[in-house]
Amino acid sequence: MSHAEAHDHHHGPEPGFMRWLKTTNHKDLGALYLMFSLAMFIVGGLMSLVIRAELFTPGMQFVDPQFFNSMTTMHALFMIFGGVMPAFTGLSNYLIPIQLGAPDMALPRINNMGFWILPIAFGMLLSTLFMDGGAPAGGWTLYPPLSMQTGDAMPFLVFSIHLMGISSITGAINVIVTILNLRAPGMDLMKMPLFCWTWLITAFLLIAVMPVLAGAVTMLLTDKYFGTTFFAAAGGGDPVMFQHIFWFFGHPEVYIMILPAFGVVSQIIPTFARKTLFGYSSMVYATAAIAFLSFIVWAHHMFTVGMPVAAELFFMFATMLISVPTGVKVFNWVATMWRGSMTFETPMLFSLGFVILFTIGGFSGLMLAMTPVDFQYHDSYFVVAHFHYVLVPGAVFSLFAAVYYWLPKWTGTMYNEKLGKLHFWLSTIFINVLFFPQHFLGLAGMPRRIPDYSLQFAEFNFMSSVGAFAFFITQFIFLYNLITTCRGKWEKATDQVWEGAKGVEWEMLPSPLPYHTFEQQPDLSDYEPHPTH
Amino acid sequence: MFAFGYALVPLYDLVCEITGYNGRNSATTTVADVSSFEPDVSRTVKVEFVTSVGTDLPWKFWTTSNSIQLYPGEMTTVQFYATNKATETRIGQAIPGVSPTLASKYFRKTECFCFNEQPFEAGQTREMPVTFLVDPALPDDVDTITLSYTFFKAPDKG
Amino acid sequence: MSSAFMSRAGALMSKLAIAASLGMVSQAATAEYALNMPVGVTEISREVYDLHMLVFYVCCVIGAVVFGAMIYSIIAHRKSKGAKAANFHHSTVVEIVWTAIPFVILMALALPAAKTLVKMENTRGAEMSIKVTGYQWKWQYEYIDEDVSFYSTLSQDSNFARQKNSGVDLESVDNYLLDVDNPLVVPTDTKIRLLLTAADVIHAWWVPDFAVKKDAIPGYINETWMQIDEPGTYRGQCAELCGRDHGFMPVVVIAKTPEEYQAWLAAQKGAESALNGAAIATEQNVALAQ
Repeated sequence: MSHAEAHDHHHGPEPGFMRWLKTTNHKDLGALYLMFSLAMFIVGGLMSLVIRAELFTPGMQFVDPQFFNSMTTMHALFMIFGGVMPAFTGLSNYLIPIQLGAPDMALPRINNMGFWILPIAFGMLLSTLFMDGGAPAGGWTLYPPLSMQTGDAMPFLVFSIHLMGISSITGAINVIVTILNLRAPGMDLMKMPLFCWTWLITAFLLIAVMPVLAGAVTMLLTDKYFGTTFFAAAGGGDPVMFQHIFWFFGHPEVYIMILPAFGVVSQIIPTFARKTLFGYSSMVYATAAIAFLSFIVWAHHMFTVGMPVAAELFFMFATMLISVPTGVKVFNWVATMWRGSMTFETPMLFSLGFVILFTIGGFSGLMLAMTPVDFQYHDSYFVVAHFHYVLVPGAVFSLFAAVYYWLPKWTGTMYNEKLGKLHFWLSTIFINVLFFPQHFLGLAGMPRRIPDYSLQFAEFNFMSSVGAFAFFITQFIFLYNLITTCRGKWEKATDQVWEGAKGVEWEMLPSPLPYHTFEQQPDLSDYEPHPTH
Repeated sequence: MFAFGYALVPLYDLVCEITGYNGRNSATTTVADVSSFEPDVSRTVKVEFVTSVGTDLPWKFWTTSNSIQLYPGEMTTVQFYATNKATETRIGQAIPGVSPTLASKYFRKTECFCFNEQPFEAGQTREMPVTFLVDPALPDDVDTITLSYTFFKAPDKG
Repeated sequence: MSSAFMSRAGALMSKLAIAASLGMVSQAATAEYALNMPVGVTEISREVYDLHMLVFYVCCVIGAVVFGAMIYSIIAHRKSKGAKAANFHHSTVVEIVWTAIPFVILMALALPAAKTLVKMENTRGAEMSIKVTGYQWKWQYEYIDEDVSFYSTLSQDSNFARQKNSGVDLESVDNYLLDVDNPLVVPTDTKIRLLLTAADVIHAWWVPDFAVKKDAIPGYINETWMQIDEPGTYRGQCAELCGRDHGFMPVVVIAKTPEEYQAWLAAQKGAESALNGAAIATEQNVALAQ
């Protein structure tokens, strides 16, 4: 982050650690969020390696089954709340002000607080590994009555989820206020880059559902320690009700993790196809439609609890409907490429990988939506394959694409393209070696969250574990490329960086970005990012 | 939205009450007025009784009639038994369940041990009757109903 | 370790070779069970399998069209080949068409799915009921109207072999992790209603060959049904995370012809009354007298 030094000393950052602790600068906070999420991805990744090591061959070799369950639980919590969500919040911090011509985020101090809550939350969560009764082991879904058997970790788990929720909500409020109030004159809503649009909609989802999760886990806490019986059958409560409340949060949560990814990809593909995004407004409407539908499909996560047929049919139809706006998005991306003038730098490669592999995850999602067949897929490895396809080559690939795409703008240095391409190809190969066989495992009857399995599942588990270790090691290429680029080891980047890049950050700002941008409000009245007729 | 999370609880109960979903509603958990029902002798319904005990309660719990055939609207009494195998007093709460869940709305009980907590002394065995009828309005496509009771440790007692 | 590694890798390669040579997953399934969902042995499981294959093929066709267009574009419309970017950016007609077509496809998928679903949820006309209770970590089966009841836990061989670093050669264990001491025995060609509940946490009873998976929830009674066409032994597992030994409470169902089933039932009742019946009766009489 040496770029800041060249800038105005009155407004420059403080030296040393205090700069990061006290910063209210959106670029500093964006960088902090991204670095934090990288650390959490590594921790969560190590947990997944424990899982894959135990599943490498049949028989129990390394861990106790209870610890295995802790690993699956903690892996999910770290990856979802520590990895993917803060990474997208980091991107929103970094990008939304510069894409809209705003000087900073609207609520900078809250922004700082929202970030610094996170290390506390995850420190607390990580400390449960050393507690009496072990870390939470009831699955990240925390279904009671099983989650009631958690030991001393329970209150730590609940409070850390509260903190993550508060952090997400501060981030979401900041995004909404910034987008609605700080756009430069002339930057109409329908001129905004899609990343801003998808984040605006995501922010509303976050505000709508994170408190619901907070409420649900608070009920778990009072059930365990204060004698309430929200979910205890003995006191007239209902364990299934938890599942309904949880998934009322949980399904929009899925889109919280993927909508910003749609935004990223919708900006990268036009750049490298040198062609305007196809169907800008239908992209916006499709995003809104997905967000709306996400509130009325939650029960498809729990078809096996036993519901009236009418409810099962409703949730099946509603879920299948989601594939319509999602399909529109995929078709629009392909139409954007169609008759473009494409080049294939690393961000484009990851975006293309995203489109294909996310769509495969979408296909298995459509299969899962069919209630009668879902009875077979549910809680099997088929589901594990499905959601990892949408989250890893989906959300995580879009994060890689975003980092490669904007890193030269942030740092003023072009990353090493050869290493970037190598990273893409190895990641794509190993991610498929890792997750594709899990479809077969699930179809053949292997349940998820089991530490050991019968011999018929041995080959594909073996393959999956090999893929997992190879994928993890591949990420060191990324880490090396990232660090060396931040240190300015490679070529200087131009201001536009990419030949086909359009947008405020590419056309109006230098690379690297100055510490403060838009101290003078820009006038974007004549700015035409895409034809609006 | 935090409050909304909590508001989902009564909302959920309301949905269960209206649809019968989850098999637990005022029809299965409270005393009913049955004076207005006449037996419908044109058909019979099979009612099965199943008993379970939560692992937090060292009780034995059973019934002598596994299933009966009855006319809708016909008043019936079935005996349930429980033994407290612990060496001290334990208080249990029986939780009713009905399958298919939608049939739960058509149960009318005048007497049931599930209305109250049941204290059992050490080693005590007691007979507990359930008196009920099935509302003749029960849809024709239901031919078998299962009435299930699970005894759990009463919350914070026993 | 390394020899195990090689043999595992070898087995994997041969499995993949089968899959590749047969080309399609459905065909591979006949040769290799582990690649696809089992067709199963009930009318419902066959319908579910057909639906699964239907939606799979639909996905393949859509995938071929979308990815085909994308790959063609990637090859033909690249700058290095001198492609010049076109200028179009939206087309209302095209967008309406590709919103409408998926909608029609979805309807075509949803209708047969709805039909099967209604059938699956129809427990009418069941000839017998079995109560299934999930415990941490075993199953209990109670034959309603028959006074037969027993627990079903992981077989001793598997339980010994699955201990950490047991040193047991897993190939030598019969049906490692998928074997129990007392399997559920049921008649074929009989509509059997299953009543599921649990005594501690939520479990789920799953046998892929019957396309039956239903949660067993404490305090609740859930129902589902099956009608098995072929005698045989069918294996499944608990599908809902239920704590430490979630992976070690398999389900084993032996389907016998109705005659053989009756003989089995009689033997069970004989054994039970001889062993326990007297004791239970005495216990109850004494208890009631108090």
